[in-house]
Amino acid sequence: MIRLKGIAAAPGIKTGLAYKIGREDFSIPKQSIKPEEIPLQIQLFEEALIQTRREIIDLQKRIASDLGQEEAEIFDAHLLVLEDRMLIEEVISRLKKDNLSVAFIFSEVLKKYIDVFSKIEDEYLKERIADINDVGRRILRNLLGKEQKKSLVDLKEKVVVVSHDLSPSDTAAMHKQSVCAFITDIGGKTSHTAIMAKALEIPAVVGTEQATQIIKSDDFLIVDGSMGIVIVNPDEETLEIYRQEELKLKGLSDKYLLDKDLPALTKDGKIVEIVANIEFPDEVPTVKLHGGLGIGLYRTEFFYMNRKDLPTEEEHFQAYKYVAQEMKPYPVIIRTLDLGGDKFLSQFEIPKEMQPFLGWRAIRFCFTKPDIFKLQLRAVLRASVFGKLKLMYPMISGIEELRQANNILEECKKELKEKRVAFDENIEVGAMVEVPSAALTADILAKEAHFFSIGTNDLIQYALAVDRTNEKVAYLYEPAHPAVLRMVKNVIDAAHQNNIWVGMCGEMASDETFILLLLGLGLDEFSMPSLAIPQIKHLIRSISMEEAKKIADEAMSLTSAKEVNAFMQRKLKEVKR
Amino acid sequence: MPVFKKKITVMSKQGLHARPAALFVQVANKFDSQITVSRESEKVDGKSIMGILMLGAEEGSVIYLEAEGDDAQQAILELEKVIVKEE
Repeated sequence: MIRLKGIAAAPGIKTGLAYKIGREDFSIPKQSIKPEEIPLQIQLFEEALIQTRREIIDLQKRIASDLGQEEAEIFDAHLLVLEDRMLIEEVISRLKKDNLSVAFIFSEVLKKYIDVFSKIEDEYLKERIADINDVGRRILRNLLGKEQKKSLVDLKEKVVVVSHDLSPSDTAAMHKQSVCAFITDIGGKTSHTAIMAKALEIPAVVGTEQATQIIKSDDFLIVDGSMGIVIVNPDEETLEIYRQEELKLKGLSDKYLLDKDLPALTKDGKIVEIVANIEFPDEVPTVKLHGGLGIGLYRTEFFYMNRKDLPTEEEHFQAYKYVAQEMKPYPVIIRTLDLGGDKFLSQFEIPKEMQPFLGWRAIRFCFTKPDIFKLQLRAVLRASVFGKLKLMYPMISGIEELRQANNILEECKKELKEKRVAFDENIEVGAMVEVPSAALTADILAKEAHFFSIGTNDLIQYALAVDRTNEKVAYLYEPAHPAVLRMVKNVIDAAHQNNIWVGMCGEMASDETFILLLLGLGLDEFSMPSLAIPQIKHLIRSISMEEAKKIADEAMSLTSAKEVNAFMQRKLKEVKR
Repeated sequence: MPVFKKKITVMSKQGLHARPAALFVQVANKFDSQITVSRESEKVDGKSIMGILMLGAEEGSVIYLEAEGDDAQQAILELEKVIVKEE
């Protein structure tokens, strides 16, 4: 039994067998296949070989023109390995004999050759092992590229995906039917992978640093996404403790679910809005199921992921229209494209930046790509007649940017008017407050925005100078830091003085520790993963505004994050009792 | 089916590796004959780069070529040229 400590990224406890993916090694899970699947496996193998051949020839052509013919000839050996009769025949004959997946057999055969070559005393040949490795990886990658998603879906038992890293699009491709939890080596609490895991309601532990080294495929794992703990091959006793815990958690969430439709009304009669963060239109039923009365953050980057071409205005429009209609009469806040930072899209050539979070991202990116920005704005405007849509710009750092974005919006409105296309003339437009300069000038921004939504994930990392994806400094990422609390208070006060409402769509808005504090500061709207809604509503119903204000006042007078956390935990316990 | 055999000493400084091996396999694949190469107790398919590399034939190694098929004689002649050719 081994215990691994990581960062709790998405809550819940699950047990299951490890399934390692990604990473460029040859540890492919040993997966059985049925005899009737053999022809398909052979076909997959052949397709992977053809695809690999195409890649190598392209590469060879490029190298021939960039470096010269002689350098390009190196790839002749690669092609020979690729088309090698012995290799191919051995894979196919074992496939017919062993009833194991082609990826697994290929990796085994390749390993065997590499082993033999490594033992031969010849420097030159040792170097050639690198070539075989290279070709082998290419083939395997193409094999898995075709096979992986399919096999994840086809698995009979749910698995725990273990990977060095998962891109948001990897995570998005996972199905709840086949993945019960996942674990990564890197990443932090607010990495987009973690956010996706929450949206999909898949427990996750990230930032374990060594999961892929310690865990082997088919190890039995307990994943505690609430505490950030992974237990590899647990003993009976430990397993029993976790099984009990798993049942208890489920019981608790069922209890909250019962009264999910009661309003988030404080004991003294103040209603706050509890709404959902979503990525995909498909999540709308989940939002409703958990009693979410609106969408506080509809992320739109996913239109651009897992594809090579650009989404059309019609695709945007259809998605927005659907969500608007489904959520009607409740509001849906669409955040315009927030690309950059740790979200990269394959359609655009974005140079590698030293500090991507401080770089060419979000609204800054949109300003330099007005076609893409306007296409999205037009789609939102057109869909606005089908429900209650609102627009929100990410990464606004000052009034100039808000004005510039609004000017572009006005152009879009004008275009639509000229074409006599209907849209909601009074569509509300807000700014996401996630840059300290915006938080500090909230009084100025409030005069030209209809609402604010505080994006705490970025605000915290900018305010505290902590890269939230760097596990070495992740411990400094602290929502309870007085600097963060002061900024949040400043934004709420400035909004209210200017008669606009203010919400929050970062992780902090669904963290039980801070709900009472935020309520006391006067936050009007809390936007969170659907899963968290019933529990947060329940908590809000357990307190009065008067009490919450007192708690907030006292919390604001404390001097360190540690004190604030301890104080809030104590208050939370009192209220829950 | 005609069968031709030939004992050859590898002359290339790189042995029967890398580019010479690649060239050997390319030439072997031009022929219809079945081609095998053996060295000491190892016997491999002459049309397979993995097989040839597996032989670990360095400069000075003695190998046996065997071709079986209608174009066997021509195959042995051309393959011999590849092996004895010094780079």
